[in-house]
Amino acid sequence: MTFMERLLAWRNERGAFGFYAVLLATAVLVPLLNLAVPEGSALHMSTYTVTLVGKYMSYAILAVAVDLIWGYCGILSLGHAAFFALGGYAMGMYLMRQIGTRGVYGNAEMPDFMVFLNWSELPWYWQGFDMFWFAAIMVLLAPGLLAYVFGWLAFRSRVTGVYLSIITQALTYALLLAFFRNEMGFGGNNGLTDFKEILGFDLKAPGTRMALFLATALALGLAFAAGRMITRSRLGRVVQAVRDAESRTRFIGYRVESYKLWLFVFSAMLAGVAGALYVPQVGIINPGEFNPINSIEVVIWVAVGGRGTLYGAVLGAVVVNYAKTWFTTVLPDIWLYALGTLFVVVTLFLPQGLVGLFAKLKLRRGAA
Amino acid sequence: MNVPHAFSRLIPARLRPPPRSGDVFERHNPPGLDLSHNTVLYLEDITVSFDGFRALNKLTLYVEAGELRCIIGPNGAGKTTMMDVITGKTRPDSGTAWFGQTIDLLGMSEPQIAQAGIGRKFQKPTVFEQHTVFENLELAMAGDKSVWKMLFAKLSPAQLLRIDEVLETIGLKEHRGALAGVLSHGQKQWLEIGMLLMQEPQLLLVDEPVAGMTPQETERTAELLLSLAGKHSVVVVEHDMDFVRSIARQVTVLHEGSVLAEGTIDEVQNDPKVVEVYLGEPRC
Ligand SMILES: Nc1ncnc2c1ncn2[C@@H]1O[C@H](COP(=O)(O)OP(=O)(O)OP(=O)(O)O)[C@@H](O)[C@H]1O
Ligand SMILES: [Mg+2]
Repeated sequence: MTFMERLLAWRNERGAFGFYAVLLATAVLVPLLNLAVPEGSALHMSTYTVTLVGKYMSYAILAVAVDLIWGYCGILSLGHAAFFALGGYAMGMYLMRQIGTRGVYGNAEMPDFMVFLNWSELPWYWQGFDMFWFAAIMVLLAPGLLAYVFGWLAFRSRVTGVYLSIITQALTYALLLAFFRNEMGFGGNNGLTDFKEILGFDLKAPGTRMALFLATALALGLAFAAGRMITRSRLGRVVQAVRDAESRTRFIGYRVESYKLWLFVFSAMLAGVAGALYVPQVGIINPGEFNPINSIEVVIWVAVGGRGTLYGAVLGAVVVNYAKTWFTTVLPDIWLYALGTLFVVVTLFLPQGLVGLFAKLKLRRGAA
Repeated sequence: MNVPHAFSRLIPARLRPPPRSGDVFERHNPPGLDLSHNTVLYLEDITVSFDGFRALNKLTLYVEAGELRCIIGPNGAGKTTMMDVITGKTRPDSGTAWFGQTIDLLGMSEPQIAQAGIGRKFQKPTVFEQHTVFENLELAMAGDKSVWKMLFAKLSPAQLLRIDEVLETIGLKEHRGALAGVLSHGQKQWLEIGMLLMQEPQLLLVDEPVAGMTPQETERTAELLLSLAGKHSVVVVEHDMDFVRSIARQVTVLHEGSVLAEGTIDEVQNDPKVVEVYLGEPRC
């Protein structure tokens, strides 16, 4: 392809182009407004806001993960928050071990809650989490392995549609109950919190916050690029064929189960990464993250933005979460009703979400 | 599966000595497909019941390598169900199904059967409507269909050429980039035939290919199927008797799940049993 052709090809990729442009602008402007603009100025962005944007971006990664599996492969997973939470817990365990002797009990090895439970030594599954690289691997491995086992069982038995959605809900609910238990060794209903440092940097310092923000922006960019690469590959076309006509895909020789499993595991790992970036920014991970409602919310983000377009998923995650932040500070009681209404409206009137709405408006303007 | 064989066939056909005629086909066989006995498909005593109703009743049928076989029979005779059994969609209650001498179809999944070399065109055309015509052909293309391969696969010039060739054959060259969903019924039929060609199967199962086609399209389909026979083995199910007459040398009549008659079209049409159950019916 010549340069001109490439440029023209991009015209058909406005959504993706817009995404990269906005992401880049955010990654440049937010640090500028936060660090370079003096605190008294009207243009100054508080560290609180920086963290908020960082949180939205980690949600956007989760939305990309769900869109890959639901929008492109037709698997309505209502349990993706579980993979997000597992990634978060893996990161949380590392952050806990970083506390060291600064905990209330001053135990160098064990987190406070274990000392409180009178445990005599660190359980085997907490070993290694004092090393960042190990925790980073676990961020991928824990959700990936769970998704593999779950997907292998479910897809091989050809569980699809509503039944699959229900068992994903059951999965996240079971994990919610398990993580609530103190004996599990994940801090019970308090979860993991009071983190001090990450890689030796103070988590409260604006510089660290900014680094976390930038890391999340980078991860979102990479997740988006990976998602695009997958969906535009021949594998992506097979996956969409599975979504549209599963048994037909089998009859032309594709092992549908393998494709579903591969994408499901990839998507779960992506959700894990999102969780791992989320936890150091919000400073806590607790079993509430496994709440079945959370997984449903993610699906709503994607539906609102527009399933089957990655930038739609990102847009949906940001818009709905911005609305949530607004509602929960101004009208906290009606947030869930608003969310429910939003979902109904989108399902009935905007099957393609906001992205579809924009396309329709543009078409109408073009026709007028 | 353990139904005793009819006494007249103590030795299953696939174990009988090969025919003596020098009719040996030179072709690329997929690994494992053994056509040394010159028979590509063995169905023996296949029974399929749906809630007690026997859609197939001890069906026994052999298809020679390179043959073009037509299967006719009234609605509900079990023609589509037979294809479901061969392609792994439906598991029979009893009977055996072999592809060549060595491939036991009943132990295989749908994709395994497809990869072994059996392609199918469905009665109701099912193309991937959200994919372009080109992408439909690309999806169906023969080759390694494992996940990691597909993630990084790029079409080779030879593969592109092959897709263009098939586009030419099925007359959809101008619709290369169109979504398959917007094609007319006849064009979808053609696209599905094109997908079948892309799979490069040894055995093609074609269920009612000319339903909804214009006479010209029907004629072209007949030509295409005739040109495929010899290199491939083709089994066609069709109600259109003129079409059957124009392509078939050997016709099998199914009725209530078993073979009622077999022979040339004239033999079959003059068979009193057939006249009674089938040709007497107003539909044909
Ligand atoms: N999944 C199923 N469940 C119950 N009955 C079925 C099923 N599939 C087929 N049948 C029945 O089995 C019989 C054979 O059906 P089949 O589709 O094989 O007929 P056919 O010869 O292809 O007919 P047509 O010419 O109408 O396509 C019919 O009576 C049909 O109703
Ligand atoms: Mg039929």
